[in-house]
Amino acid sequence: MSVEMRTISSSNGDLRPEYQFIVDTVKPGSSVLDLGCGGGELMKALQKQKRARVQGIELSDVAVQSCVEKGLFVYHGDLNEGLADFNDNSVDYVILTSTIQVLQRPDLLILEAGRVGKQCVISVPNFGYWRVRLQLMFQGVMPKTSRLPYEWYDTPNIHLTTISDFTRFCRQNNLRIIDKTYLVVGEKECKRVRAFPNFFADYGIFVLRREDRASETD
Amino acid sequence: MSSEQGSVGIVETQYRTFAEPPNHLELECGRKLGPITLAYETYGHLNSAKSNAILVIHALTGDAHAAGRHQLSDRKPGWWDNMIGPGKAFDTDKYFVICSNCIGGCKGSTGPSSINPETDAPYGLDFPMVTIGDMVHAQKLLVDSMGIDQLLCVVGGSMGGMQVLQWAKEYPDMMRLVIPIASSARLSPHAIAFDAVGRHAIMADPNWSDGNYYGRAVPSRGLGIARMIGHITYLSDASMHTKFGRHLQDKACPDYDFVTEFQVESYLNYQGDEFVKRFDANSYLYLSKAMDYFDLSQPEGDLRKALSAVRAASLVVSFSSDWLFPSYMSKEIVSALRRNNVDVSYAEIQSDYGHDAFLLEVETLGRLITNFLEYAGPRSSDER
Repeated sequence: MSVEMRTISSSNGDLRPEYQFIVDTVKPGSSVLDLGCGGGELMKALQKQKRARVQGIELSDVAVQSCVEKGLFVYHGDLNEGLADFNDNSVDYVILTSTIQVLQRPDLLILEAGRVGKQCVISVPNFGYWRVRLQLMFQGVMPKTSRLPYEWYDTPNIHLTTISDFTRFCRQNNLRIIDKTYLVVGEKECKRVRAFPNFFADYGIFVLRREDRASETD
Repeated sequence: MSSEQGSVGIVETQYRTFAEPPNHLELECGRKLGPITLAYETYGHLNSAKSNAILVIHALTGDAHAAGRHQLSDRKPGWWDNMIGPGKAFDTDKYFVICSNCIGGCKGSTGPSSINPETDAPYGLDFPMVTIGDMVHAQKLLVDSMGIDQLLCVVGGSMGGMQVLQWAKEYPDMMRLVIPIASSARLSPHAIAFDAVGRHAIMADPNWSDGNYYGRAVPSRGLGIARMIGHITYLSDASMHTKFGRHLQDKACPDYDFVTEFQVESYLNYQGDEFVKRFDANSYLYLSKAMDYFDLSQPEGDLRKALSAVRAASLVVSFSSDWLFPSYMSKEIVSALRRNNVDVSYAEIQSDYGHDAFLLEVETLGRLITNFLEYAGPRSSDER
């Protein structure tokens, strides 16, 4: 289910503009585990631009085929099953892009990602975005945006969050936010949002590190 | 698939003999076997660097004839003809494909129906118990004899997949890629149970006579029943519904008798009858035993440790309705490889065909394999 959002972009082959921010975050030569990697566009960019050693996990068989087609290594499976095969601290970056909202228990996977990754890069669509709020306030309907295009009954996005909720979750779970980028994502380009991101940004990218090891990897 | 697909055309099974006196092959059971003949076929051309060879290993009752036809009049081509040929997944315009038979069988390689050089009579039950490891050791002699230092890929389904894994464990430098399909690192007790019932059917046939039936009436009733049991395990509930439903065979009303009533019965009878024309009952006993004994995690006691030497990038494939080699068994392999930090892709193909899917899901499986060979094959996949 996680790929349904991704496949919107996987047809055009180009890297979605917000993904470039994630690529820029990753240090060259790193190991990367992309959870809900879709057709592998981000992994391919990381491999090309950062010589990263990438692998992904993906639920959709169509997307798995796309990954193999790109020469990428991918595990066809359900993220809800967790990351039991991975040791603590065994991957430089665990990446979750636009994925946590489709999980049954996003909290558990985020904590797992924090355990496995020296750092985690997690991006979330922001349900606190002003257009979303206005739809609910003035039309009284479940909001739909280009980023959240589904009807209430068929959406794979069962655990939507806001930038404020997510930030609070990180604080409560000893995940230190060491970097963050707030964006309004367009078709071709993204605009950075600096003021009142929970209102003006429709997308947040967070780089996290588990607090208890924040000092050791600096 | 992009290019025109073709056939490898007319092919011929070839034979090579190894471990001739004074040499022999040391078997895992402690006994010695020699000389050993292996039947094999090849398709395509070995390049000058000898770097494009792919070893294909067949399942329990398969043979070396994987593609093309022996004669134009052959009704059916080789067992994996839809995957091997010009423009197909194993593209013979690019790759040199070797399909090897295994010892213990009856398709041209040394097995219980071969002549025992010590007695000048067929081995029968004097044939030593051979294992998946022994089969692979013999195949290694074949590949060595071709002057190939490293295979591009070793691939196979079911029992062939077991041999693929054994290859990767024992000869980690001998291949760049492995593709075990619908396979397992150890046969489940569930599958061992079906094998045991099949063997009981053969051994209960009075014609079997402790395996000494060569030159006399063969235990075709027992072998036919073993095959029927096998076929049940290769299908799925869904595929049986689709293929047969509850339809009666050539009749509108049941006869209320113990004759063949349902289409599914007729199908199994047919499969049993056809099989006994082409397969040796003793070979069925030996090969099914080899599968039962197979446990890649031994002697290390742990699959991850047992696979710690494996270096080949792997594509592991399972099928959703396969209850003989269920997906969790493939995931076990993937899990061990992942924990060893080996590059591995895993795909579970949605299919109603059961275990047989590895021969039938040509399009999905073919696409995966085409791309895996194409893109994971080159040493520096980053450069693409």
